[in-house]
Amino acid sequence: MIATLLRISRTSLRRDRVAQVMTYVLPVAFFSIFALVFGRPIAGGPESIRVAVADEDRSFASRALVAALETDPLLRVADSTVAGAAPSVPFDRARAEAYVRGGGAPVAVVLPAGWGATFPRLDGGGMPAEVLADVSDPIASRLVVGLLQRAAAKVLRGDGLAGAAAPAESPALVPTRTVDVMRPRGEDSRMISFYAAGIAVMFLLFSCAAAGGALLDEQDSGTLERVLNTSAGMNGLLLGKWIHITLLGVSQIVVMFVWGMLVFHLDLLHHLPGFLVMTLTTAAAAAAFGLVLAAAARSRQQLSGLSTVLILTMSALGGSMFPRFLMSEGMQKLGLVTFNAWALDGYIKVFWRQAPLVQLAPQVGVLLALTLVLLAVARLFARRWEAV
Amino acid sequence: MIVEARPIAAGAATRTAQPVLRVVDAAKRFGSVEALRGASLELYEGERLALLGPNGAGKTTLLRAITGRVRLDRGAVELFGRAVPAAERRRALGVVPQEVALYPLLTARENLEVFARLHGVAPAALADRVEWALGWSGLAERAGELVRGFSGGMKRRLNIACGVLHGPRVVLLDEPTVGVDPQSRERIYEMLEQLCAGGASLLLTTHQLEEAEERCGRIAVLDHGALVAAGTLGELIARTVGRARTVVLTLARPAAHAPAGLDLEDGGRRLRARVADVGAELPALLESARRQGLEIEDVEVQRQGLHAVFIHLTGKDLRE
Repeated sequence: MIATLLRISRTSLRRDRVAQVMTYVLPVAFFSIFALVFGRPIAGGPESIRVAVADEDRSFASRALVAALETDPLLRVADSTVAGAAPSVPFDRARAEAYVRGGGAPVAVVLPAGWGATFPRLDGGGMPAEVLADVSDPIASRLVVGLLQRAAAKVLRGDGLAGAAAPAESPALVPTRTVDVMRPRGEDSRMISFYAAGIAVMFLLFSCAAAGGALLDEQDSGTLERVLNTSAGMNGLLLGKWIHITLLGVSQIVVMFVWGMLVFHLDLLHHLPGFLVMTLTTAAAAAAFGLVLAAAARSRQQLSGLSTVLILTMSALGGSMFPRFLMSEGMQKLGLVTFNAWALDGYIKVFWRQAPLVQLAPQVGVLLALTLVLLAVARLFARRWEAV
Repeated sequence: MIVEARPIAAGAATRTAQPVLRVVDAAKRFGSVEALRGASLELYEGERLALLGPNGAGKTTLLRAITGRVRLDRGAVELFGRAVPAAERRRALGVVPQEVALYPLLTARENLEVFARLHGVAPAALADRVEWALGWSGLAERAGELVRGFSGGMKRRLNIACGVLHGPRVVLLDEPTVGVDPQSRERIYEMLEQLCAGGASLLLTTHQLEEAEERCGRIAVLDHGALVAAGTLGELIARTVGRARTVVLTLARPAAHAPAGLDLEDGGRRLRARVADVGAELPALLESARRQGLEIEDVEVQRQGLHAVFIHLTGKDLRE
């Protein structure tokens, strides 16, 4: 009896390709993706960190330290011209802070005027260098503090500042004071916006895929055929579904952020315009994505498997599960092929970087373009429901 | 342009000079499968035409071709005497699918409103049309209930109502009574009779031969993608199995030999004969049996029906 039941199950599984993919391929695929995302398997060791250096001291010692930082393979010292300042105008503290706040680099090092006069002080009593940090990347600022000490040691050893020995590396060589430039008013809740946006976008995709699946339900129940026998037609049908799913997505994200505001003190009200722009464009693109999946899938089961694989992959690569800035640079670039990365970058600009609306143009532009492309693809797939 | 129909004959349906729907030489191939092979049929004003055929004969493909959901490789579909583009045809036709194609989480009224709008019913007329449909389908008292709680018969009636509430003059029904109880079937045919009385012409597919026989003025039989016969039941019988009756005599005790003119069957318990004239030939058969000393328990005179016609035309082989 048991052997017969086992045979039924085994035969059914052997003939159900979706079940096979979900059972064997999906776990391996996710393992691979997570290994790539979290394992940093880039040859040559850890990624270099972009850092802006503002040398306000302009002393021999400070120039030597900057030169040492520039030669450190783990650092990429930002050129001040990149920051939008006039050519050859070096960073000052204000520009460096703006650069970090704008997302140009996660960290800036400021050597204040007079710093060189107190360097080196081996007792740690010298004038501190300021480390302006975007604390959304906590690893970068800590690493830069360490590399600052290594650079200082190199200066002392290699260039041999008069009268100074070349001691072993010590954190006291360059005292530092880390300043969180992203939270000048002591706002502690903005990290919440990362998670809110990440989770919201991922679940938005799931919701849109499920809502798009209503097309398949209608196909099965016969209402799709019936609607197509009216004057509505396929264009009207898809447009109606897309608008509905977009509004559904907007309401879903609004509920999520309002919950974040009420329970976790997320500052939604001060970011409303940017939030609404990003939410509308994100929901529109996600709705089009859901329609593509539904139009491509032949059954609910197929849709479920397809959407799970695609959405979790996109979410892992795009930063919904793990912030992209903590990934290797290669993975960060790869993440840009995903819907999530652009949406999250937009939300981060709004909530984290306090960016004005105009700075959302790249994200909004990409999402709108993606919407149009996805709608066109959905329309193409939907031809199978039209006259044959 | 709508061509006015002119009655030319009385009968179960009003035959008009100009068919309201005409399919000419419809052919459609899906890969290696030839679904339609030059099928032609005509539907006249106010008539109920049953489209019969074994599974896979091409009935659904033909209906979808009429609605424009299947593009024909060859042939034409004319509505009211002229070729009409598919989109315009869909607006003019009423289509009732075999599936209960309703939104289960909407009420009966909401379903009707949705399909009325999709069929282009004018907003000013919408409420009246919905009320008419609710009354016509006997669902007025359940109008505010979700469809998912309806019985099979109620869903069927609403399914039909959603397909006709825009007042089409030609209605295509794909097995409108499948899976319902006799009471619901009776009610559905009452509804369809009312539609016909209002001037609508119905083309319906069914596997219920007795329904086609009793409820439809004409019958068309489709097989292997082609129309093999069409006409009234009497015409089909005359053209196929003939008007002869079968006489069956049931005996009280089994007979060893059959009397002249009769065949023995069922282990000698029944005698069977085909007769062209029951009145003239039946007494002679009874006398023949009596002379042989057979005690007759029952006499049954069977006329040829649609079942015999259908099997005659399409054979007994399974098609799937």
